Amino acid sequence: MDNAKSPLQIRALDKFRSKTQVLHGIDLDIAPGERLALLGHNGAGKSTLIKAVLGLIRHEGGSIQICGAAPGSVAARAATAFLPEAVSFHPALTGHEQLSLFARLAGERADIDGLLERVGLGEAMHRRIGAYSKGMRQRLGLAQVLLGRPKLALLDEPTSGLDPISRQDLYAIINELAEQGAAVLIASHALTEVEARTDRIAILRKGVKVADDTLAGLSAQAGLPVRLRVQASDAHADRIAVETGGRRINGASVEILCSPQDKMAELRKIAAMGDAVADIDMVPPRLEDLYRHYSGEDRR
Amino acid sequence: MRRAFAIARAEMLILRRNRWLFIATLIMLAFALALSFAGSAPTGTLGVDMLTVSVASMTTLSVYLAPLLALMMGFDAVAGDRDRGSLALLLAYPASRAEILLGKLMAHLAALAVAMCIGFGAAGAVAAWFGGAGAESLLALGRLVLTSILLGAVFLVLGYALSALSSGATAAAGLSAGVWLVFVVLYDLGLLGAVVMDSGGIFTQKIFPWVMVANPADAFRLWNVAASESVALSSGMAGAASALPGWAAPLSLLLWPALGFALACAAFRRVEP
Repeated sequence: MDNAKSPLQIRALDKFRSKTQVLHGIDLDIAPGERLALLGHNGAGKSTLIKAVLGLIRHEGGSIQICGAAPGSVAARAATAFLPEAVSFHPALTGHEQLSLFARLAGERADIDGLLERVGLGEAMHRRIGAYSKGMRQRLGLAQVLLGRPKLALLDEPTSGLDPISRQDLYAIINELAEQGAAVLIASHALTEVEARTDRIAILRKGVKVADDTLAGLSAQAGLPVRLRVQASDAHADRIAVETGGRRINGASVEILCSPQDKMAELRKIAAMGDAVADIDMVPPRLEDLYRHYSGEDRR
Repeated sequence: MRRAFAIARAEMLILRRNRWLFIATLIMLAFALALSFAGSAPTGTLGVDMLTVSVASMTTLSVYLAPLLALMMGFDAVAGDRDRGSLALLLAYPASRAEILLGKLMAHLAALAVAMCIGFGAAGAVAAWFGGAGAESLLALGRLVLTSILLGAVFLVLGYALSALSSGATAAAGLSAGVWLVFVVLYDLGLLGAVVMDSGGIFTQKIFPWVMVANPADAFRLWNVAASESVALSSGMAGAASALPGWAAPLSLLLWPALGFALACAAFRRVEP
């Protein structure tokens, strides 16, 4: 693939807000069809990064290229779709009118009715947005992301205000975008959701990118322990705890933390205990643990 | 330009939906009719037809009302979208900020034009019907409508600039009220004070007319007055008008919208949503 035509290429991006530096030397790439989760606390710089990519704010150092174009240029804006956090529209317009405006601005001859049906606003498309619920506004926001065929989709907290079923729809739409070849960036707090639904995870902490890899890659790098939960039969819990070096967590269970490499050895040891063990659960590190690890709560 | 028209179309819908178009028209119509009837008394003494008198009093009305209506439409243009949180998304689309403002200006100006035409047109028709009208007074009415729209354009773009500069819609509304007060009331009061202090010196003769015509509201008044002798007669502004070349007032009133639009665009470009 031609490097200049990469949907999003960020190099050494610095952004200052008055005197404080809010983004420190960020490097980030997204390939066509790739879904990237951008995670971080509030104020970690996720929204700032997105606004810089959109060209809404100026950056002081480094470079951003969207399909080879500068942020804010007509070419870059035409290639980009954006769903802002808690999206809002003029309350006096109907959903259909608002989407028609966006289509005209984008220069797209889009099937407005079809798009609104697609996001579940078929019934409400000729009602004023002022009468929409938060979830319906979010759906309208999603409909405008689907306008045209974006090369890059930037979604800022796309699931906020959506009920669980709408979230399923949302991720179906995100997958559709990715299958059409769009690079999708999802800034999110909802860790458990993005865990299974993105290809790669980047974590921002105080404006610094502290992680950028697949979930498996991040797990391996972090070396977080696997949690083995052993349920003892009868009164063998104490014995198991002593022999494995685990910790009693209630009357009949023992929790053992071991590194991924030691996992099999540990399992063999437990299996050798025979009838003393009634059951065993194995919990690999979740994204939540990784996030806590990388975003600093567990660090130093 | 296609994008500016798309914005204008949506803005027009909004103006109709939130009854702005209706209210502005109603205000213009009510005041113009009231003035036409109230001002019908001095016709005989001046020897001009009733439409001329009506145009003279409506000129005075428009100086106050056109800027007010324009600022009330303009102050929300940028700040409203930003407060609502819809500005970032709009700016993510490939429409330049000048195109967005131009689209809003086209819609707002069209709404003002409708209100002016209906308001002044109806009042003019009433005056002509009851007190007669000539070719000159009809021309004066047409000029009043056109210059009122221009004056509205000046304060629309000033409203956009304030909207982009202020921190929110409420602040923009306050600033707009201040701007209206300065241009329409305080500026003239200040000039009047200066003329009184100067008591007929160099300032009054040479500088005063130019300072006056620099204010778009006064330029509007001067243009209408200077162009029609009988309007000047019935409004008592012949003195200042005769001290200036004929192009001064039109130039001022045409220059202001252009400068104001450039100012509004510059202010809008600095906005980080």
